[in-house]
Amino acid sequence: MDKVQNNKAWFLVLPVLVLVAFSAVIPLMTVVNYSVQDTFGNNVFFWEGLGWFQEVLTSPQVHSAFGRQLMFSGIILAIQIPLGIAIALCMPKRGFWASVCLVLMALPLLIPWNVVGTIWQILGRADIGLIGYTLDILNINWNYSRNPVHAWIIVVTMDVWHWTSLVALLAYAGLQSIPQAYYQAAKIDQASRWKVFRYIELPKMQGVLLIAILLRFMDSFMIYTEPFVVTGGGPGTATSFLSIDLVKMALGQFDLGPAAAFSIMYFLVILLVSWVFYTVMTNLDKAEGR
Amino acid sequence: MAQITLDNLAHSYLPNPKGEEDFALKQLDHVWGDGEAYALLGASGCGKSTLLNIISGLLVPSRGRILFGDQDVTQQDTVARNIAQVFQFPVVYDTMTVGENLAFPLRNRRMDPGYIAARVQKIAAMIGMEDSLKRKARGLTADAKQKISLGRGMVREDVNAILFDEPLTVIDPHMKWELRTQLKALHNEFGHTMIYVTHDQTEALTFADKVVVMHDGRVVQLGTPEELFDTPEHTFVGYFIGSPGMNLIEAEVKGNVAHCAGHAIPLGGNYKALKGRVQIGIRPEFVTLASGDEGIPVTIKRIEDVGRHQILRAEFAGKPVNAILPEGMAVPADANRLKFMPERVNVYADDWRVTPLHSVATPAREAV
Repeated sequence: MDKVQNNKAWFLVLPVLVLVAFSAVIPLMTVVNYSVQDTFGNNVFFWEGLGWFQEVLTSPQVHSAFGRQLMFSGIILAIQIPLGIAIALCMPKRGFWASVCLVLMALPLLIPWNVVGTIWQILGRADIGLIGYTLDILNINWNYSRNPVHAWIIVVTMDVWHWTSLVALLAYAGLQSIPQAYYQAAKIDQASRWKVFRYIELPKMQGVLLIAILLRFMDSFMIYTEPFVVTGGGPGTATSFLSIDLVKMALGQFDLGPAAAFSIMYFLVILLVSWVFYTVMTNLDKAEGR
Repeated sequence: MAQITLDNLAHSYLPNPKGEEDFALKQLDHVWGDGEAYALLGASGCGKSTLLNIISGLLVPSRGRILFGDQDVTQQDTVARNIAQVFQFPVVYDTMTVGENLAFPLRNRRMDPGYIAARVQKIAAMIGMEDSLKRKARGLTADAKQKISLGRGMVREDVNAILFDEPLTVIDPHMKWELRTQLKALHNEFGHTMIYVTHDQTEALTFADKVVVMHDGRVVQLGTPEELFDTPEHTFVGYFIGSPGMNLIEAEVKGNVAHCAGHAIPLGGNYKALKGRVQIGIRPEFVTLASGDEGIPVTIKRIEDVGRHQILRAEFAGKPVNAILPEGMAVPADANRLKFMPERVNVYADDWRVTPLHSVATPAREAV
């Protein structure tokens, strides 16, 4: 039978191409486009080359935002990962209370970002908020809109409240997949509780913890809504993280060029760090297997 | 090391068991000798894992007591009972090396490092892993991991008993044989009480001094492999052990004759009148071809040549009857009768063996 050559079949791919173009390629290309051009208005653009990239890379403002961002992600990872594991270890393994715990744990994850921000914005206020008011009664001079340390405390606490559940649920899933025989064997081997954790639970949770760290790193590195609602990036620039700075630059000052260059580098940093994380952790795994 | 006594033991997984059918493990009264190798044999779900978990202390029985020696250990946990257990699927500590895995139970008990090193070497030699002591356990094959589990189970010398819960499930057939032989050698050397759970009769019969056959939550027979073969106490033992299993035929027994579907079959002893469902059981090894008007008429279905012998599959009164014939023996085309060795016929009433009133001495078993 002769094969019929008909390249019209390629048209069947068209819907996907259109969808992907609109959802990803075109918006991204606009950003790329802006990042290498300048304009003085009237929709007239000039070629700017890598100028904006140089400007962003040497900007002290971006540097300090980057530093704050790293510090924020570092702090919340250092709190949420151990805390999440600890919570997962304490959760009941089965039965009615296990379900109750799961639902309660999932609740913060279901609340919209800006609502979380609003909740904590109000909670922290000294005049009407539960936390702020209590601290005020305890004679602690609490004011997160003036004191940078207080602002950090409330933003970090909020993020811990919002996202530790995710780590806990992932760790819990990892723990649940450990066969009972491991615990029985450890008991027979007279392993201490710490050794059970160190040699059974932690290695078996490695996979889900890798995912938890990646997710929490990416999310926290891109955090915008919650600190924006609670502190607006202040006091001063104390809680201005990268995306808050970026929005200020792009929409506040309408510096499309630098903002576009900034976005691209922001994106690449997240991609790079995630890739490094993933490669290092999976390679560790392989190296140990040898 | 200690003798294990199961005193009035029974277990149900239900909080308020009512009838006997609610018990996963029906009443048991046994004394298991110190330093012997036992195999718990039975089909899946017969209660053998329940019994093992009760002995190891992972499960507290609903009724009865367990004694190690004179000491009541019913409420004690596994550690207090000083028992080692090897599970069906390999349990290894992934992030440790093979050597660290083997040393783990000893280190946790704060043994002398010199002793630990020597002991690990010895066990490693036994499981054939001396070369990979420094390797991480992660990434080893399933049978290598299971060998580590076996090694960890045997690394302690002072245990009261070592329990094996179908430990060779994941092991290659040729390794199975080798490991079983090593286990046996180890048993001879150290004299630990060993309890080995399996559903594989070959494994049970080659490993154990005594085989405990379980069926439907009950120990139906505890005996040496020879006893299980010659005088199965329950029809289950008859057909579960042996390949093919025992032939069971519905019968009416009067004195020393059984009447099956109108044919008389001579028995090796006299029996009193029996009630309930009466069956006679004969192993295929003791069934021979007959001619003339000897034996019972059968329809021969087929003959399977399995190498060392032939299996003759026949039908008597619509029910299968098997016979084992010597290798190379020609079966005449008109063969249509089978004969049972009278002294090898057992009589069962409601599945339990009935002992004859005055039995004819059983002749020594020929090699089968």
